[in-house]
This record gives sequence, structure tokens and C-alpha cells, in this order.
Amino acid sequence: MCTLEKRGDLFLLTLTGDGEHRFHPDTIATILSLLEQAKSQSTRGSILITTANGKFFSNGFDLAWAQTAGSITGAANRLHQMVESFKPVVAALLDLPMPTIAALNGHAAAAGLMLALSHDYVFMRKDRGVLYMSEVDIGLSMPDYFSALVRAKIGTSAARRELLLSGKKIRGEEAVGLGIVDSAAYDSEEGVVEASVRLGEKLAAKKWSGEVYASIRKSLYPELCGILGLEARVFATPKL
Amino acid sequence: MCSLEKRGRLFILKLTGDGEHRLNPTLLDSLRSTINQIRSDQSSSQSVLITTSDGKFFSNGYDLALAETNPSLSVLMDSKLRSLVADLISLPMPTIAAVTGHASAAGCILAMSHDYVLMRRDRGFLYMSELDIELKVPAWFMALIRVKIGSPAARRDVMLTAAKVTAEMGVEMGIVDSAYDSAVETVEAAVRLGEEIIRRGGDGHVYGKMRETLLREVLVHTIGEDESGSSVVRNTRSKL
Repeated sequence: MCTLEKRGDLFLLTLTGDGEHRFHPDTIATILSLLEQAKSQSTRGSILITTANGKFFSNGFDLAWAQTAGSITGAANRLHQMVESFKPVVAALLDLPMPTIAALNGHAAAAGLMLALSHDYVFMRKDRGVLYMSEVDIGLSMPDYFSALVRAKIGTSAARRELLLSGKKIRGEEAVGLGIVDSAAYDSEEGVVEASVRLGEKLAAKKWSGEVYASIRKSLYPELCGILGLEARVFATPKL
Repeated sequence: MCSLEKRGRLFILKLTGDGEHRLNPTLLDSLRSTINQIRSDQSSSQSVLITTSDGKFFSNGYDLALAETNPSLSVLMDSKLRSLVADLISLPMPTIAAVTGHASAAGCILAMSHDYVLMRRDRGFLYMSELDIELKVPAWFMALIRVKIGSPAARRDVMLTAAKVTAEMGVEMGIVDSAYDSAVETVEAAVRLGEEIIRRGGDGHVYGKMRETLLREVLVHTIGEDESGSSVVRNTRSKL
């Protein structure tokens, strides 16, 4: 369902197989454990690139699994379980001591889009794939950390409105215009991944301290870190 | 260290000499006392401050070499710069930074503490160097960055790539208001802008109060102003 490969400086996290890469509690646990693995093996110049196979990056939580609980309360509990267990994944990405890049091979919706936005850089395809916050359409309320992540990463109120309130399926060019992704200049899955690798190698060459990098990253998003329970402790300790 | 010139209603504060204008305790004290002098000038509420520098540097940041000899000096320098920036934020007149050389880390913060940033495009850059030199970033620096740089992607580029931001890049990112072909032209443009602002009229005391509310988040960090919004009473000379 999910693999972690090391290619030189690059950690490549892939959601494997042709499906929608929905986040079931098991998937979430696997992703979390792979991120912990990357963190424990990180050195100066490490980079994480997250991608997926097939038509979808991820279509969000496994709502079908929630429905099979057999009752409304049961379904709500399962959904709540997924929401709560995914929060540490976002926290782990915010805390990861290396630059992170999401290479969107295809559609990213709801929690799947949140996974993407938890990365420092997001690339998507121009020709295929949409970004979609489905919550307004299916009547789901937004977890607090989802909203905080959107506020942290997306700067204009118009863009936030388009993403959260319009139920729009946003394609690459528009996503760039709204400031949701960094680039959508790619015509294939390989193209997106290659661009991510190129950026990754450029950043890796700086050999930054992962601890300093993560500390500065967290200090960019104090509200989000507060909600995630991540201490964004920043202090000047000159190190010459 | 620094000089003060008065041209009509313009105060021109200059970091003098050909060095890096490192923000050591002596220079910081000198700057603060000059700002106090400006504040208590009779014409202060109908004036404008322009801050500029001689030579290749606007300011290359804290005196890190000094801090290495005595670590308590880095706390002292940070505390003095915090007070200086609080003074600039409450200053009862518009402020213009005419950036005619490199501004790094604390030096970049000093430039960005002004209402307008005018910069030469032929040489020099703004550079939040902390990631490169492994200096952790004070929380109050981040508050200023968040308030002054509107786009999340631009904030990420400045802090997480330690970008060397030229005037042209700065204008695109919304950090720099306008770019000029040389140091002389930058200062001339600052003077023209200052004179235009003075012609528009208005009460500097009201301006200063407005600016404080706009930069409340920074003041919370610099002077420990209480977040509930009650402001520290300074020069209240309301027209009511």
C-alpha cells in the first residue's frame, strides 16, 4: 500500500497500486511509521518526495470503511478515528528534519489534499488530476487542523473560499494561480516526479541541518503547530 | 556609527562608514537614542524618517563574532534590536528604508521594520541567512516576517531556502515596494516619496497608533504587549 525507498539523498514515499489510495487506519499507520523511519535515517541533505501510482494521489479517508460500521454512530466513530489518527501524519511532516515535496501524479481530495499541503512544495500535472475539498459537497465538517493547514499554506481569502466553499475541482493551472501548488507545468507522472527530484537535488546540495530546517519550518506556521501540539520553539542560539 | 540629517521635514538616518554595520550593542544604542531624538523633535508628527547606509551593506545582521566571545551578548543584542523595532513601530511618522546594500538576518529585519522598502536593483540582496548559518530564528523575527510578507510561498522561499532576494525578486514577492538603478537613485526616490507623504499631511501620532494596531502581532513579541488588545499608552495626543 505504501513504500519508502532511498535513492541517494532522496527518500521516496510512494502510495502504491492503482486504486484511490484512500486512508484507512492501516494505511495511516503505515505512512506514519515510514515517516518515522525517514526521520530516523535522516542526515544533512536528506529530502522527502511523496508520490503515488495511477490516477489518484489520494482520494482522502476510507469513507466506505466507515459506512460498513453498520450504524450512523459506528460510521461517525470510524470517521473520527481516521481524523484523529491522521493528525500525527500532518504533524510528522511538519516536524520532518528535511525539505519535503509532494509530486501529485493525479487527483488529490480532502485528506489526500491535506497530505499534499503538509509538504513544503507541491507539484502537480497540468494535463490530469484535480484538487478537490469534497467536504462541502458531502456534508462533512472540517477538522480544525485541516482548516489551520489551509490557512497556513494558502494566502488569499479568495483562494481559500474557492478551495473550501465552492466544491470546485481545481485543475493545475488554476491551482498555481490560486497559490495552492508551486507548479503545474508537467504533462505526465514521470514529469512531475522528475521535477520534484530536480528540486530535491538542488535543496539537498545545500546540506542544511535538518533540525534547524524543521525548527524554521514550524515557526512559519505557529497556529497550525499549536493545534497539532508541535512546539514551534524558536530561539537564537548562534552557532558559528 | 550612525548620523542624522534633517532636510526640511525629512529625517535621514544613516548607518555610516564602509563596514558591515553589524548590529552590535553600541550601534543599537546609538540608533535607539537617535530615534528618541527624532521622536522628541517638535516637528516629529509632520515628518518622515528615511533610514539608509553607506557602502556595500545596509546591515549584515548581529555581531556574531562578538557573540562568540560572550554568549550573553547575543541575548543583549536581540533585546536591544527588539526595543529599537518597537520604537520604529510606534514612531509617530512614516518610515522608509532606502536599502542601498545587503541586508541579512537581523539587518533584513531592520529594513523590513520600515513602512516602505525601496531598494537598488543593480547590487545587493535581502537575505534571511539563518538556515544557511544554522542560527535559530527568534519568534519575533517570524512575527515580522508573517506580517510583512503576505504570500505563504514567499515566506517559505525567504525562510526555508535562505533566498538571496534581489530588489526585482523583492518587488515580485511583495517585500520591496520599488526598485531603482543605483544607490543614489534609491535615496533620491526615498526623499521624493517622503516629501510626497509630507505634502499629503496627516497627524503622525494617529499614524503611529494605526501602525501599532497593524503590527500588533510583532509588538506582542517585542514589548510583551498583552494580546487582548489593550495597548501600552505612549504619546496619546488624540484630537478628541
